[in-house]
Amino acid sequence: MGMTLTEKILAKASGKRHVDPGANVWVNVDILLTHDVCGPPTIGIFKKEFGADAKVWDKNKLVIIPDHYIFTSDVYANRNIDILRRFAAEQDLPHYYDVGTDRYKGVCHAAMPEEGFTRPGDVLFGTDSHTCTAGAFGQFATGIGNTDAAFILGTGKLWVKVPETMKFVFEGEIPPWIMAKDLILQIIGDIGVDGASYRAMEFAGDGVMNLDMEGRMTLTNMVIEAGGKNGVIEPDRTTFDYVRARTDYAFEPQYNDPDAKYHSSRVYKMKDMQPMVAKPHSPDNKATVTEVRGTKLTRAYIGSCTGGKLSDFVAAARILKGHHVGVDTYIVPATTLIRNQLRTEAIDGQTLWSIFEDAGCKIGEASCAACLGGPADTFGRLNGEEICISTTNRNFPGRMGSKKSAVFLASPYTVAASAIHGVITDPRDHIGVTV
Amino acid sequence: MNKTIRGKVFVLGDDIDTDQIIPAQHLVYSLEKPDEKRMYGRYALSGVPEAQSGLPKGGVPFTPDHAYESEYGVIVAGKNFGCGSSREHAPFALQVAGCKAVIAPTYARIFYRNAVDGGFLVPYESFSDVSKEFRTGDEVEIDTELNLVANITTGVSFPLRPLGDVADIVEAGGIFAYARKHNMF
Repeated sequence: MGMTLTEKILAKASGKRHVDPGANVWVNVDILLTHDVCGPPTIGIFKKEFGADAKVWDKNKLVIIPDHYIFTSDVYANRNIDILRRFAAEQDLPHYYDVGTDRYKGVCHAAMPEEGFTRPGDVLFGTDSHTCTAGAFGQFATGIGNTDAAFILGTGKLWVKVPETMKFVFEGEIPPWIMAKDLILQIIGDIGVDGASYRAMEFAGDGVMNLDMEGRMTLTNMVIEAGGKNGVIEPDRTTFDYVRARTDYAFEPQYNDPDAKYHSSRVYKMKDMQPMVAKPHSPDNKATVTEVRGTKLTRAYIGSCTGGKLSDFVAAARILKGHHVGVDTYIVPATTLIRNQLRTEAIDGQTLWSIFEDAGCKIGEASCAACLGGPADTFGRLNGEEICISTTNRNFPGRMGSKKSAVFLASPYTVAASAIHGVITDPRDHIGVTV
Repeated sequence: MNKTIRGKVFVLGDDIDTDQIIPAQHLVYSLEKPDEKRMYGRYALSGVPEAQSGLPKGGVPFTPDHAYESEYGVIVAGKNFGCGSSREHAPFALQVAGCKAVIAPTYARIFYRNAVDGGFLVPYESFSDVSKEFRTGDEVEIDTELNLVANITTGVSFPLRPLGDVADIVEAGGIFAYARKHNMF
């Protein structure tokens, strides 16, 4: 019996010829990722269990990217950055991206590919549930807690249960004004927030393989919102070109066997895809934009590992160019690089930065910012009864701040069109195209 | 692990995510320093919308205002408990508040794994959603050998799924204790 891509990676990482779904295996870890929220407690557990003078198992395989609570006056949050800084110095870590330096990156899941850490065939664990984003590169990538991360810090290993794989195939060309975000909201709405619990979600078909890396990352980023363990896409030329431009580190890509066995397979026709939203208060509370068109909003937010990549801002700028927003609109680039690109990327000679400024948007620093609420002074945080449309990934009660707020999740096209009109708006209506 | 886990029950609905278990703004406190650590107990389940907190009536805080510990030692909830982020602060906060076990038909995998590997609390799976069979404040007793939960207040019992693969890690008290016991490092 053949293996899926996910099974092949886990077999390789555990030194076995074959693994079956359901088996518990110990794998060697290629990269461990942590950040400012979960790094300090992970370090605490590491020192308690392995000793105050213990060294990490392999300093070249540990990546620490502070990104969550950066631009805040919260003393505890700032103390946590100090803990990371001290640990990086003490362990002489080459892959620490310190706040306040020109190495500062921003959101870890968007920064990992930029730095060449998302390598096909590798195993990545991270102390953040959206670590699954890196599956877009044909990597096995999943989120873990502090205790498991501390275990890896000391041993370089972790046990993992081999997941079954659910396959999601998109056929045909993605229609205009539809984005990967619409596809993944459709899937989550179809299978539910626990529809992929304990399983891998693989995205395939020409509709997926024609997406660029950022579009693919939007798909794998949100598998956790369906309960998935990891999301994965077979690596191809697009993947290799992206990765090779950023690292010369060796990797061994894995592919599905022709006779691999899947838990299930769903096929979507791209031509049937619509702009989608997830209504408050759950990512699986799906509706087409048409169904909720006209819903009144008080805020729009474009940012995060899900919807704060360069292509997300290009999409938003295509809609916003020459218009003014009708509600407070926050622009939060995921990384420093993307923030710089807002000043260099242009549409018809006008930079994205200038388009957003002219439209009346507020542009913030690169970080997770209000995607997860955060300290009270976080840029864009929903502190009251706001009704927000957002390119982020979760809309559970209180996710972006106040329990009284309500969040609609949507694509950058839909968020931008809705920002202009102050009500939920189909980007195609705004553009005036016939569908 | 003790043969029985006994306590007052706190009842919750479906899809209780980690932002409801411990809202993100509180993730800044040290998990080691006692004066900061207790804040996790204070804010445990403070993100649950009021009407959904302490079912069936609602409006019941898990930890009373200005307190650091909860009077509820067991949580019974609906499906997909602990979905959302990977923050280990979630099972940790419940433990700091005094919770020893959760009973739900299904869990989000990272929460389940964190609860077990960190040795914070025991995540029991019920065979079906039994949350309607309990009222917040009922006295319950879990028999950890027979895998049964009894509602002492109403006199009704429900079977729980055996812990299976993770029983040894739960028994050891977490992944580090387990690994040491098996001479893994």
